[in-house]
Amino acid sequence: MLEKTGVPTPQEIEEAFPSQERLAKGPVAIIECYQNIPCNPCYTACHKEAIKEFEDINDLPQINHDDCNGCGLCIANCPGLAIMVVDSSYSKDEVLIKIPYEFIPLPEEGMIVKGLDRKGKYVCDVKVVKVLKSKTLDRTPIISIAVPRQYMKVIRNFEM
Amino acid sequence: MKQVEILVVGGGPAGLCAAINAAQAGAKVLILERDEKLGGQLIKQTHMFFGSEKQHASVRGIDIARILLDRIHELENIEILVNATVLAIYDDGVVNGEIDGKYVKIKPQKIIVSTGASEKTLAFPNNDLPGIYGAGAVQTLMNVYGVKPGNSVLMLGAGNIGLIVSYQLMQAGVKVKAILDAAPKIGGYLVHASKVRRMGVPIYTGYTVKEAHGNDSLERVTIVELDENWNQVDGTEMDFDVDVLCISVGLSPLGELLWQAGCEMKYVGQLGGFVPVRTEMLETTVEGIFIAGDVCGVEEATSAMVEGYLAGLAAAESLGYEMENLEERRKDYLNQLESLRSGHMGDSIRLGLDKVTVRSEVVKT
Ligand SMILES: Cc1cc2nc3c(=O)[nH]c(=O)nc-3n(C[C@H](O)[C@H](O)[C@H](O)COP(=O)(O)OP(=O)(O)OC[C@H]3O[C@@H](n4cnc5c(N)ncnc54)[C@H](O)[C@@H]3O)c2cc1C
Ligand code: SF4
Ligand code: SF4
Repeated sequence: MLEKTGVPTPQEIEEAFPSQERLAKGPVAIIECYQNIPCNPCYTACHKEAIKEFEDINDLPQINHDDCNGCGLCIANCPGLAIMVVDSSYSKDEVLIKIPYEFIPLPEEGMIVKGLDRKGKYVCDVKVVKVLKSKTLDRTPIISIAVPRQYMKVIRNFEM
Repeated sequence: MKQVEILVVGGGPAGLCAAINAAQAGAKVLILERDEKLGGQLIKQTHMFFGSEKQHASVRGIDIARILLDRIHELENIEILVNATVLAIYDDGVVNGEIDGKYVKIKPQKIIVSTGASEKTLAFPNNDLPGIYGAGAVQTLMNVYGVKPGNSVLMLGAGNIGLIVSYQLMQAGVKVKAILDAAPKIGGYLVHASKVRRMGVPIYTGYTVKEAHGNDSLERVTIVELDENWNQVDGTEMDFDVDVLCISVGLSPLGELLWQAGCEMKYVGQLGGFVPVRTEMLETTVEGIFIAGDVCGVEEATSAMVEGYLAGLAAAESLGYEMENLEERRKDYLNQLESLRSGHMGDSIRLGLDKVTVRSEVVKT
């Protein structure tokens, strides 16, 4: 249970994901923010108005996945590091997952690293496709990893 | 004796914001900070903050300090003294301090106390072994002085500070073996908890430290499960080989100067301990002494900054300075505070504040 362990349940994860249909269309943000906390930068970061305006700063973020183009602007702006972008159109067998990663050393593109689940447990090896590190990301680099399709909703981290 | 219009005691986010608003209104402000640097807790916070744009959300704490300091340095009527500890506030309004090793007397017209809070600790056998630290101390060592506190850590406390310091320890390459908390649920934000959990750190709720072991310094810690009456359950002990135990069991407001000045103080558990009775504009029961930040009740830097702005306005106004849009600004700050505290996470803060806030209607009659 999330409140006791910090690990969301499979159902909570399921609810954060959009429909298969939307996933098939390409990159989309997945927001795993399940608790009402005083925070709204995901909304202010989004230029596509995909995240609904907060009436109260404690609201849960509500995203309309159809308006989201997966640009990833919100990823490094979320202080909870609770947002990732998933591109399920990446290849036949793999999806591309873009996650924030604030550790050094950074991996290199092309490197094979260990894909971890939401408990930090090893799932399978994954390939680092892109390492994005720019000034606007403000020390929250975004790493794209290619993940076997069946682990799209399982892998959320990696280690080297 | 040094004369000033407004004395700000403590240069954390609350004190800095108070100084900015008071100085912008035209008052001459003196900030005394006992540390060698301004910024308070912010200078250790390498993570992004929550809140909204007005409180610099998604900016890192250390960068918020820089933003505030840039504004402070633009204002000519703010004098800053560091390595300056305020020791006493007397009945006649005279303030004593130790500044760079010298004893100094100051006579301010108004005082804003923004001294923050201090860490609580916990009693268990051998809790005085070297290697057992407060989370704040570990953070200072690591993020201010670049010193690694040890190689493997057990974190006691799953509030925001325990979770964040665990994350920062991992960023510094230190192994965090587990996080435990006596409460049945994680107290900090769940997004922070998930962040350390997916790095492989287990979180044990409903556990406490039974005993620490070691000869010259910490070598091992035994933890034990608690039942619903918070009694230790025999047979549930677990051992961790660690050289650091980090204690993060909450903060209590640093109100000594307010006690001494004769402000009415009340014990309010939800706010972390003894806190001063105050008006909505943050004036204590002693006229001319204002408060802002964690000393009013342990909260967040977001609310500390807004309280600072509010206290700065109030202190300047009480000196007769006229400000444009005063009512509007005041309302905006009060609204920001209300909104930051409106959610479920603010429930206990609101309850606590109700016990010590004298609403303006009452003040007027
Ligand atoms: C690990 C950690 C993580 C945190 N994360 C967040 C976060 O993500 N978001 C958030 O909003 N908040 C966060 N906070 C909380 C935030 O840092 C505090 O709420 C905030 O700093 C309180 O501001 P303050 O100005 O009241 O006190 P402080 O920042 O503590 O400043 C008080 C200052 O007063 C000085 N002082 C004390 N006594 C005297 C004296 N007698 N004479 C002179 N000077 C004195 C101190 O040296 C200090 O500089 C975090 C805190 C910690 C410890
Ligand atoms: S990925 Fe881009 S479009 Fe989608 S929610 Fe985030 S910022 Fe908005
Ligand atoms: S920015 Fe992140 S933590 Fe804040 S509300 Fe949005 S998703 Fe949640």
